[in-house]
Amino acid sequence: MAAAVGMGQQWVLVEMVQAFYEAPAYHLILEGILILWIIRLLFSKTYKLQERSDLTPKEKEELIEEWQPEPLVPPVSKDHPALNYNIVSGPPTHKITVNGKECINFASFNFLGLLDNEKVKNAAQASLKKYGVGTCGPRGFYGTFDVHLELEERLAKFMRTEEAIIYSYGFATIASAIPAYSKRGDIVFVDEAACFAIQKGLQASRSNIKLFKHNDMADLERLLKEQETEDQKNPRKARVTRRFIVVEGLYMNTGDVCPLPELIKLKYKYKVRIFLEESLSFGVLGEHGRGITEHFGINRLSGQGYCFSASLPPLLAAAAIEALNIMEDNPDIFQTLQGKCKQIHRALQGISGLKVVGESFSPALHLQLEESCGSRENDVKLLKRVVDYCMNSGIALTQARYLEKEEKCLPPPSIRVVITVEQTEQELDKAASLIKEAAQSVLN
Amino acid sequence: VLYFQKNGVSNGSLYKKPFIEHFEQAPMYVAVLTFLAFGLGSIFGYLRDFMRAWGLEKRNIATEREQQKDFVPLYQDFEDFYTRNLYMRIRDNWNRPICSVPGPQFDLMERVTNDYNWTFRFTGRTIKNVINMGSYNYLGFAETDANALKTVTKELEKYGTGICSTRQEMGTLDKHVELEKLVATFLGVEDAMVFGMGFATNSMNIPALVGKGCLILSDELNHTSLVLGARLSGATIRIFKHNNTQSLESLLKDAVVDGQPRSHRAWRKIIILVEGIYSMEGSIVRLPEIVFLKKKYKAYLYLDEAHSIGAVGATGRGVVEYFGMNPDDVDVLMGTFTKSFGAAGGYIAGKKDLVDFLRTHSHSAVYATSMCPPVAEQIIRAMKCLMGLDGTTQGLQRVRQLGKNTRYFRQRLHEMGFIIYGNDDSPVVPLLLFMPGKIGAFSRRMLEKNIGVVVVGFPATPLTESRARFCVSAAHTREMLDTVLSALDEVGDFLLLKYSRYSKAAHPELYEETRFELED
Repeated sequence: MAAAVGMGQQWVLVEMVQAFYEAPAYHLILEGILILWIIRLLFSKTYKLQERSDLTPKEKEELIEEWQPEPLVPPVSKDHPALNYNIVSGPPTHKITVNGKECINFASFNFLGLLDNEKVKNAAQASLKKYGVGTCGPRGFYGTFDVHLELEERLAKFMRTEEAIIYSYGFATIASAIPAYSKRGDIVFVDEAACFAIQKGLQASRSNIKLFKHNDMADLERLLKEQETEDQKNPRKARVTRRFIVVEGLYMNTGDVCPLPELIKLKYKYKVRIFLEESLSFGVLGEHGRGITEHFGINRLSGQGYCFSASLPPLLAAAAIEALNIMEDNPDIFQTLQGKCKQIHRALQGISGLKVVGESFSPALHLQLEESCGSRENDVKLLKRVVDYCMNSGIALTQARYLEKEEKCLPPPSIRVVITVEQTEQELDKAASLIKEAAQSVLN
Repeated sequence: VLYFQKNGVSNGSLYKKPFIEHFEQAPMYVAVLTFLAFGLGSIFGYLRDFMRAWGLEKRNIATEREQQKDFVPLYQDFEDFYTRNLYMRIRDNWNRPICSVPGPQFDLMERVTNDYNWTFRFTGRTIKNVINMGSYNYLGFAETDANALKTVTKELEKYGTGICSTRQEMGTLDKHVELEKLVATFLGVEDAMVFGMGFATNSMNIPALVGKGCLILSDELNHTSLVLGARLSGATIRIFKHNNTQSLESLLKDAVVDGQPRSHRAWRKIIILVEGIYSMEGSIVRLPEIVFLKKKYKAYLYLDEAHSIGAVGATGRGVVEYFGMNPDDVDVLMGTFTKSFGAAGGYIAGKKDLVDFLRTHSHSAVYATSMCPPVAEQIIRAMKCLMGLDGTTQGLQRVRQLGKNTRYFRQRLHEMGFIIYGNDDSPVVPLLLFMPGKIGAFSRRMLEKNIGVVVVGFPATPLTESRARFCVSAAHTREMLDTVLSALDEVGDFLLLKYSRYSKAAHPELYEETRFELED
């Protein structure tokens, strides 16, 4: 067997040598040249494209020495309005002490006057005795307390939905909820006047954003139709792209409500889901304070979500449960609040130089300058003088603050007026007349 | 004694005391079995999905309402595969509700499930006095002692629970001013600013500090809040290997020499994001080397001390004190109050210019409500206790007790033969389980023995490195730790968790006498 193989090998060798002798001359010369070329390539230096890495270590050292970065933060001028902020001593309740002066509070969002409520405080005290202050962990790792579960159940029942979840920070709620549902490649239709938290949530989600004019349903329908024609061109992609509309119940920046019935019609027509942000309308609108859906008489969607970070301190959850109890037991406070809103809305009409922005039943109004005096900075200074005049006479107001460079559609400068159930009719009248006086003296 | 060091020490001369970290690799058969286990789980998952699609098995997940049947579904089937088929099986080990203060022991609400973890039902009974090895209660300030909380109770009565306004409008109380001054004194810096939520402190302030044209060098294992903040800022992000200063140096060198990609213009600024203690690894940042590099290449350093403030350092002032360095060397000191102080919220501290800038430009200062007063008071009282300003040495005692407990716990676990990751001084102790089946088994067995542990698997950790994570607390007594250790011994033998090849049990001759006391 081995001999046969040996014979076979020899025979192949003989064949090779024979072929060598029989090959034409040009073939052998070509092969010889190729072999020499390969040997040359193997031993010659390789060339790279000219790169910065050709720099010698010494040159690199010099570059490192020379480079000067910007300072970590740009200098802030000493008289920036936000650096001279108001310091409140004591609780920010109906009567508030700002910078040492006692005023009536028209600036904190304490719509139902629950900040100072004894029952709420007692519930928080009881929770403090039982649980301490912090939860020392996220929801997944022993940070879920029975108070959290109870609060979620009560909220779901109150809002008439299937389930609810709570977050520990208001800003983070919408900023985390949007990217949880809407991912890269999905489409979101947002109102222009949406607040900053929504804008950040959209940025984090990396979806395609389409802005429509504030409360303009015709504009929104136009955008939806455009999207529909796009979808028909690529039906497979359309079947997996989720679509959302994000609106606020009561807009923080303009004080008006979104037209929910029309939105629902558009939702079923174009198969879009609605995200409703109700930080201002919860506990304000509707007969029982259930928010904008009760205001318009509509049923809610169902849905579930996920929780991401450290949980809410239990004393705050207990306070919230007590607040819900109060809201359920006294449904007439909502009527009272709306009555007061209407009263002050009427009283503030007709001030020369200032116009009221917001619906008559909105508890958070804006007072904007009727005519701007050229630059935003000067407008802000002028409004500050109005605010200071009012503060000196015992009404605490504040300007609405924005991050000027970061907002997509920056609202004009304005004074924020907040109405709460605790303000009496005389106080409302006093505030209105004081603002009139201030406008007269400063703007004329 | 043999130790494995990942991320080798490049410049040992910068350290004032020995820096020892362990990251022992598992034996090969463990990795193979882990992959097999995941594969088997996936096969069963596909089988179950098939049965569900064909109606042979009940569907338990949330379904759409009738009117919305032809809307695009919110969740695609394949995105959720892992959650539906693997996570659901062991879901009962997370989100366990408690009904007492999260101190060294707590009470758990008993939960049962009749449909394999899809829904839970509370029986109404509580499991009392479960030893708590999961809550971030490093210094034991999560307590309900009336004497300790008397100032908090008073402030709650005076201020109520809410603020209803933002920092720049009507939300800055005198309490915030007091707290910020105290934080600045505690850390030894010029000024500080506090925020209502720790996660949001990162995600809202990093975009204010850096923007387009800047470079962020971020550690591989940084927390989600840092990653989110970096992404929202719009700067270029480059990742260096975990705690590896050679990787960081090469990135820095390339960045300064080459400049921005394609245009080669110089970077506006370079910022390095690191954490003090990494909560999944238990490793401590190599601060002296990073500060050395930062000074050489003129970069800025952002240090997130969420887990290390209060927990390391001779007087609890964090990693800066632990390494004996100057707080001025770190440009931005960030931390949270949720862990060592038993409250909620975060802070950023540093030079006055930095804090003034944040007061005017931070997203949180303009749009988010400020920290509520009782929580601020809890932080004030905890900090005063730590600094000794309340007239007792209780603060220092707590820090020392934590150090003792940490060293004891880690030493005993090493001796028993478990694979533990991280630095010898870090109170976060990850114990490696590796195989997915052991995650559920470990957690349930420990609960039967009345000990509550935290287990973590994919995707929070790499696929093969599932672990149980213990958080040692100053409030744990020696008896509690011994109970836990003996339980771990039993469970470790039962589940074959003692993978270490370098334990005392395996090579007793290599070990010298060890001391558990802190060296002063």
